[in-house]
Amino acid sequence: MDVWIGQSPSLIAEGDPLALDGDLSVSRRNLIRALTGSGALALAGAIVGGGIIDLLLDQPARAVGMKYRYGMVIDTRRCVGCKACVVACKQENKTPPGVYYNVVVEDTRENAQDRPLWMTKPCFHCENPPCIKVCPVSATFKREQDGIVVIDYDRCIGCRYCITACPYSARYFDFGDKYDFAATGQAWADVPSPEYDQYREHQDGVSPVGNVRKCTFCLHLQDENGQYDKAAGRWPACAKTCTGKAIHFGDFNDPNSEVSQLLLEKRSIRLKEELGTEPNVYYLI
Amino acid sequence: MTVHALKRSLWIAGAALFSVGLFGWWDRMTNGEQHAHYGSIVPWGLWISVYIFFIGLSAGSFLISSMVYVFGMKKFEPVGRLSLLTALVTLGCALLSVWADLGHMFRFWHVFIYPNFQSAMAWMIWLYSTYFLLLAIETWFLLRRDMVVAREKSGWKASVYRVLTFATHNTSDESHRHDRKVVKTLATIGIPVAIMFHGGVGTLFGVVIARSAWNSGLFPILFLLSALVSGGALLTLVAAVFQDGIKRYRETIVALGQLVLAVLLVDVVMQFADILVAGYGGVPVHVAALKLMVSGPYWWVFWIWQIAMGTIIPIVILSSPKRRKANWVAGAAGLVVLGFIGTRLNIVIPSLVAGEIKGLEFAIHSPRVSSAYFPSMMEWLVSMSILGLGILLFGLGEKLLPPDGDVDEEVSPLNPNAQGMSALIPEGGAYVHG
Repeated sequence: MDVWIGQSPSLIAEGDPLALDGDLSVSRRNLIRALTGSGALALAGAIVGGGIIDLLLDQPARAVGMKYRYGMVIDTRRCVGCKACVVACKQENKTPPGVYYNVVVEDTRENAQDRPLWMTKPCFHCENPPCIKVCPVSATFKREQDGIVVIDYDRCIGCRYCITACPYSARYFDFGDKYDFAATGQAWADVPSPEYDQYREHQDGVSPVGNVRKCTFCLHLQDENGQYDKAAGRWPACAKTCTGKAIHFGDFNDPNSEVSQLLLEKRSIRLKEELGTEPNVYYLI
Repeated sequence: MTVHALKRSLWIAGAALFSVGLFGWWDRMTNGEQHAHYGSIVPWGLWISVYIFFIGLSAGSFLISSMVYVFGMKKFEPVGRLSLLTALVTLGCALLSVWADLGHMFRFWHVFIYPNFQSAMAWMIWLYSTYFLLLAIETWFLLRRDMVVAREKSGWKASVYRVLTFATHNTSDESHRHDRKVVKTLATIGIPVAIMFHGGVGTLFGVVIARSAWNSGLFPILFLLSALVSGGALLTLVAAVFQDGIKRYRETIVALGQLVLAVLLVDVVMQFADILVAGYGGVPVHVAALKLMVSGPYWWVFWIWQIAMGTIIPIVILSSPKRRKANWVAGAAGLVVLGFIGTRLNIVIPSLVAGEIKGLEFAIHSPRVSSAYFPSMMEWLVSMSILGLGILLFGLGEKLLPPDGDVDEEVSPLNPNAQGMSALIPEGGAYVHG
């Protein structure tokens, strides 16, 4: 270590405020100047640092106080693992291969006799979504009217940081892959996705290709007031199609909604509560 | 192998890697990311690993350059310019690598017009943009007078210098002193910027609560330390090869070797602490990520590449009597640099492969929803071309960069016989080694 420590004379360059130039008065003045400087720097640092900490602790808008707070209560006891919800979602949103807004995961059984546990998993539209904080371009955000977490395809740069940050694997990257029946020249090639009411076609190099995509609770089915209508079929595709009626969808801000009532009556859990994300999707087990 | 033959082979290797790798770029630009092997479970792969590898090299060598221009450390003075060149070239490689990884490459500027102040990535990008500007300006001021002197010569180098010097002609000692003052100021500002931006790279990973193997307060510190280790090691290696190489920089190389050894040992302690705490804690996903690293399908990346080649062998060499032999030190430094590619891969990939939702890869049968990741040919080619470009840029730098003066009056006031660069340069700037 002796080779690089112990070079003290040359550590201080000429003209440096800390240089020991022999003249006590000058060095004292320099010292005072240096102290004032570092004091000012520390103050500025504290202000900037405080601002940054304040920013970091600032939580995004919560849907609790919003007009609607859409969410789901999924009854795993009614789920038979048919995956109709996965197919319905694919049909509704025209998602390409490798992009799934909804998946059905089977909990591993230790022996074959155990009752299988299926878990259908959309985006949880968390109250405190980690994906939103990390986005470098604010392309993903929680909607102010109903708390649905959305992505602005025209702003997203496709860095995939949000995919790493989502604890629930709810986000998928659109690599531009195509199903054979949707390849160029095939019947489905030009069928647009109704997502976000934007009706985008799936073309190479054009958004949403190269973007991160996720479940939107089929918000394109909302009316102008932001409401869904189950009877009219304007209802998230997975919940609408569920064969075992396991997926209940609704507004948690409405105390009389089916989902609010279910939460009152049944015992529910949410995934990874310890992370403080507060999902808006509950499971009955 | 003679030095001449070594340089020839480096030129050939650089050109070959770069041009063959262009096929990868062609594929990337025409087909987007369709031929990449990462997916939605492992969204970051080779390119992000290569990115943090290069960006660490850049931050590390910059911090070493600041030891010269801010703290006046004489030991490293001969490689002051070289360390800035290293920082610039590796930063360029890093930015190219992360650029290739963007789904919409031509939207990178969105980060400046749609800022999210809560995003660690946004901060990192703003900081390295600042750092890039600072680095370029600092290098320019450092070389200005020598370039002005050299522009009078004929030949392609003089033409390059004529472009690079813009309209400045002043070669007086006073202008040189002014340059050095600017350099010192920029280098001083550069220290916190480099620390913040590379700490920021670590923070980017550290803040992800979804991945417990990243979510550690040690990450920003670990990144800074490893930047010093890898950047210092690369600088040692480059100093041994660049221009007169070992002949000229013998003592500096030996000193750098000891610096690398010191920070490498601290780095090992930190990494061990991180692994120890995680292993003892036993949180399943965290342990799963560690197990993937030490006994997964790519166990050899950790044990052979990262630990044996990149850590143990260099530590042994640098603490044995061979530590005084510049060629041994350069070799050990080379091993550290190579080993760090493994370290970077192991930071990025196992944490992602460990997954978040049990059974997700069995719920869907798609190569995009898979926890098995091995880079595709396109990914390898793009990274190869970036590496090749880096080698070529070093080669170009060797032709263009005026070598450091043995002593510089501004940073070593105690040496009355100090001479500036200009005193060493014969008329016509014949100091540029072809």
